[in-house]
Amino acid sequence: MVSAMEIYMLLPKTNCKKCGLPTCMAFAVGLLGREKKLDECTPLIEEKKYEAKLAKLREIMAPLENASETGLVIHPEKCFGCGNCVVACPVNVAAEPTRCGAGLGPESEKVILRVEDGEVKAFNLEECRRFGPNKILCNACTATCPSKAIEFV
Amino acid sequence: MTDYNYKSCTGCALICEDILYSDKEAVTQARNICRKGQAHYQSLFAERTKPMIEGREASLDQAIARAAEILKGAKSPLIYGWSNSSSEAQAVGMDLAERIGAAVDDPSTYCEGLFMEMVLKGEVPSCTLDDVRNYADTSIFWGSDPSSSQPRHLSRFSYFPRGEKRQKSYEEERTCIVVDVRESPTARLCPNTTYRVGPGEDVQFLEAILNVLEGKIPKFGDKKKMIELGSVLKKTEYGVIFPGRGIFPSLQDKMELFSDLMARLNEVSTFKAIPVAGGFNTRGFNQLLLDRTGYVKSVSFQQDNGKIIHRPEDSLAGAAKRADALLAFGSDPLAELPVGVARALAKVPMVVIDSCRSITSDEARVVIPSAISGLEAGGTAIRTDGMKVSLEPFMKTDRLAEKQILTRIMEAM
Repeated sequence: MVSAMEIYMLLPKTNCKKCGLPTCMAFAVGLLGREKKLDECTPLIEEKKYEAKLAKLREIMAPLENASETGLVIHPEKCFGCGNCVVACPVNVAAEPTRCGAGLGPESEKVILRVEDGEVKAFNLEECRRFGPNKILCNACTATCPSKAIEFV
Repeated sequence: MTDYNYKSCTGCALICEDILYSDKEAVTQARNICRKGQAHYQSLFAERTKPMIEGREASLDQAIARAAEILKGAKSPLIYGWSNSSSEAQAVGMDLAERIGAAVDDPSTYCEGLFMEMVLKGEVPSCTLDDVRNYADTSIFWGSDPSSSQPRHLSRFSYFPRGEKRQKSYEEERTCIVVDVRESPTARLCPNTTYRVGPGEDVQFLEAILNVLEGKIPKFGDKKKMIELGSVLKKTEYGVIFPGRGIFPSLQDKMELFSDLMARLNEVSTFKAIPVAGGFNTRGFNQLLLDRTGYVKSVSFQQDNGKIIHRPEDSLAGAAKRADALLAFGSDPLAELPVGVARALAKVPMVVIDSCRSITSDEARVVIPSAISGLEAGGTAIRTDGMKVSLEPFMKTDRLAEKQILTRIMEAM
């Protein structure tokens, strides 16, 4: 996954404040947190000399566009469907303690992670601990993934 | 949810029974199924076999008659496969082997067969996977990578679930140890307790563990890490070793070392072993052969009187060289066997009973299509830990089950 520093290295680094933030580093963090859009950096879009950097930025930012509201990115092609995340997720376990808690696959629609057709899929994201302004940086699902098929931005 | 029904999956030896399957929805068909199981389910719609003789399509009756003819005329036939068939089909296959005086072998002969033998004969203690979930606090994957071979192993039983005595599970109470030659996907989950050994170095590693348990300085590997491993093993309340096909090459002649290790570990604490089986009913075959003959693999029946022969030269490699006919079911020998053995088998007239097209079915003289065990044909199977599971078919098919095909071959003789 891309880091704020990598994004910063491709920005103009002039701290022109046109985006409304005091520094380019702050803008890079904003981009990563999906609070800012790339178009808000007007020099980068308008000035010809940044063309190559802009193309590179769009390329490395592409995976972030698929991220959900909680910043969850799923790479279905890497998923084994092992269900480690389904069993480890504290919200899943709270929703179905006798099934997810004991290693079985969930049967209700309340869970946030479920394996379908051999690939993990996310649902009910508002239940995730990472949702909303008072989020907890829980990483139970990503830490238990053997193939790095799920990541947080 | 109302459209979904519980089904079992015969994609690997865990035989998961919590698969929610629906044939009503167009897009989503199975929930809680791993990628391996999904591929197994998809094989229902993949290239299915047709009855063939010498590469030309034929009727089922003709194919069965030709198969019976080939097997009847053979002096030393070999019956290979077994591991992806129901116990009932295996029993009929064994009757057939006794009748025609065939050599019998399955893929476990190159994988976890020796460990299975020790477990089935009671030489090392074993337990069920449900015990692992409820009580185990240390799981050792030695030469096995369940994330790839049995994807739901860790999440259903050995590391992540909360069990009766293990409510805090992987967060506090369970330890996962991986011993492997490479950084496998399972090893990525526990980088601090992964022990990399070179090919063939398992014996030294095993001796180092024995040294550490006796309080000596180990002569192999990172000494500090080995001593740490020793203290983890000593603190363990209920440990389980899952030996896989990875340690077979280095331990095959020194199996007594493994039982020594288990005995030593059981002096310290409770330790069990559950081999990681390949096919969904590999253990069923090993059990059946043990009940019938007293050996778990590589057995020949004498042609005239059905006497049982088990010698080193009757191993699969020897039997393959001697064979003048091969009956393969529930497996794809040309794809999975070592190249020398596969090459020897490819020259032999082959009769293949398979549900889908494979390398072996392409090369075979006679192909007989079968229903997929567990999905289209029912029966029973034995899970990798010895639990008997009954399989309910849920797909309708006009193909015969392997059991029926084998019975008809016997009748045709």
